[in-house]
Amino acid sequence: MLKGRDLIALADLSKEEILYILDTAESMKEVLTRDIKKVPTLRGKTVVNLFFEPSTRTRTSFEMAGKRLSADVINFSPATSSLVKGETLKDTAKNIEAMGVDAAVVRHKASGACRYLSKVLSAPVINAGDGIHEHPTQGLLDLFTIREKKGGIEGLRVAIAGDIYHSRVARSDIHGLVKLGAQVMVAGPPTMIPPEIESMGVCVVPSVDEILGEVDVVIMLRIQMERQTSPLFPSMREYSRYFGLSMEKIKDGMAKDLLLMHPGPVNWGVELSPEMAYYSNNLILNQVTNGVAVRMAVLYAVIAG
Amino acid sequence: MTKENRRDWLIKGGLVIDPPSGTMEVRDVLVERGRISGIAPQISKEGVSIIDARGMWVVPGLIDIHVHFRDPGYEYKETIETGLKAAASGGFTQVCCMPNTSPVNDTGAITLYMREKAKKVKGPLLYPVGAITKGQKGETLAEIGDMVENGAVAISDDGHPVMNSETMRRAMEYASHFGIPVMDHCEDKNLSADGLIHEGLVSTALGFKGIPSASEEVMVARDICLARLTGTRVHLQHLSSKGSVELVRWAKNMGLPVTCEVTPHHLTLTHHAVETYDTNTKVNPPLRTEEDRQALIEGLTEGVVDCVASDHAPHSLKEKDVEYDLAAFGISGVETALGIVLRLVQEGKLSPLRAIEAMSTSPARIVGLDGGGLGVGQPAHITIIDPEKTWEVKPEEMLSKGKNTPFAGWKLKGKAIITMVNGEVVWEAR
Repeated sequence: MLKGRDLIALADLSKEEILYILDTAESMKEVLTRDIKKVPTLRGKTVVNLFFEPSTRTRTSFEMAGKRLSADVINFSPATSSLVKGETLKDTAKNIEAMGVDAAVVRHKASGACRYLSKVLSAPVINAGDGIHEHPTQGLLDLFTIREKKGGIEGLRVAIAGDIYHSRVARSDIHGLVKLGAQVMVAGPPTMIPPEIESMGVCVVPSVDEILGEVDVVIMLRIQMERQTSPLFPSMREYSRYFGLSMEKIKDGMAKDLLLMHPGPVNWGVELSPEMAYYSNNLILNQVTNGVAVRMAVLYAVIAG
Repeated sequence: MTKENRRDWLIKGGLVIDPPSGTMEVRDVLVERGRISGIAPQISKEGVSIIDARGMWVVPGLIDIHVHFRDPGYEYKETIETGLKAAASGGFTQVCCMPNTSPVNDTGAITLYMREKAKKVKGPLLYPVGAITKGQKGETLAEIGDMVENGAVAISDDGHPVMNSETMRRAMEYASHFGIPVMDHCEDKNLSADGLIHEGLVSTALGFKGIPSASEEVMVARDICLARLTGTRVHLQHLSSKGSVELVRWAKNMGLPVTCEVTPHHLTLTHHAVETYDTNTKVNPPLRTEEDRQALIEGLTEGVVDCVASDHAPHSLKEKDVEYDLAAFGISGVETALGIVLRLVQEGKLSPLRAIEAMSTSPARIVGLDGGGLGVGQPAHITIIDPEKTWEVKPEEMLSKGKNTPFAGWKLKGKAIITMVNGEVVWEAR
């Protein structure tokens, strides 16, 4: 279904294609529970991780996913590359491709960089996060995690709260959730709500506090200080008070069902108060575990089909 | 049809479209020694070359008051020679080139260099626009008098607008002494910082930092206030938003000395064009919404918008075949401008007279150039247009070094077939 295709954005995928990846990820997750966590599916295939921006989770997750499928995984790091000699992104990528790769996993600080590379490279490009555009495998693993807990996505009410403007995760989550029939609400300080976000099929609510009792899932986003070029809020202290989530905001009766997710890394004490680490429905580490299964499914889908 | 270096012509049987006199009728036009010597239904004259213009439009030479020819400094993108050749093929007889060269045109010597280099080219007349401030840095005034003496017709810090309103005020006051208008690229650089495309639903979906319309509008409003304060003529460059048009409408109703231009691309494309990720859609000001586009067309139709200017901004592949956020802003537009404006005529949005007025008569008036009309005794700056000629925009065939057009593959109807400057044919379609 997706063999040979790029995975740049969930905006590009149909509902059927998303479900196909999620279903494939379920069998992959089963592999991860085995004593020997490796299958020969991609033996002889080469996956290159082109990470032009720092990453812990996503790069390790893709590397592990590739290795679990027996692919050779090469990691590229810009600090030790010819990029520091001024080589362009296009030339760097084409040179690496010329060595023979079956898929390129790309992270870049510029929105659209993966789309650009997908036009330049003949191997499939998998977007591991481009600027503030999309992070489709994070979106898929969030869908997988929610579906695993709730049994389905259709009809769920999901809140995404925090720095929507700078969040590629939010954009991928929104596309995925809306396509699978969830109702999505976004909340955050008005400085962090991008203009006309309603055109993506969501509604904007002033505060996540007000809707905690009505939603099934709340996805809290990281404050991305490194992407802010002008002041969007006055202080961490004030942010946590008005826009963060703490146990005292979760009233009796909510906690049983309300799922908490976060794409990591968490700024504890800012968007989440520290005690939220011990919240019973905190799925943050489930997301990380599922990330490997979902990325195995994606690598399998675009390389082997 | 024509011979080189002749300056005597009888242009027979064309539809003369002359906005100053309101003429739109079939006329013969006689050109002698580089000047228009007669316009009448039937002219006979021995010893002059005949141009058969039946079925053609004969219009006052087109004028583009906003081009970037990159010379001196960025000759790999464009030179005065290639820029003038491209402009000639687009039907232009006179152009005004912006000062963001390297070095910046902020002194008479650079202005003179541009003029002298242009004189060696058989092509449109070139009038430099000098910088407002030294190095376009927005700090101290450039040598405005020196530049005017050497041929500058206006000043602008285009692309690096003067943010300090006090500096802008003094520049306007000082410029008024030399009788030139002050042009401004209206952009609040704080509001637009790091922006790539129009701020709206497309920037939200693609994850691009947006450039809000307000970044243009606050500066339009400021400049209008300064025009009122100083009485200096202000020309607002490449307006892109509905709000800007409304502000200019207000200023004109107040009788303030404000004029403005729009580009062919803002009249034609919206921010949805960016969804292709084609870096040739990256332009400043950005392509905005359909509502903005309609407001620009309406403003042009009713005259709130005075003229069309191409903002011809050639770039090489080095600037355009890169990630969208690294790509340079700009569209190579001097060869497509006429075809795009004629599209609006064909759609019934603009009358032929208004279209020619916006591309010749108004720009001549704004910067005080000869031309813009076909009056007897005027220099023979004439463009002959085949209104029925259909052609496809092919970047590889463009004469400009800059192939960066978002209109590649577009089929356009109407093209300049002869461009005449002072009676000399500087370009002729094969």
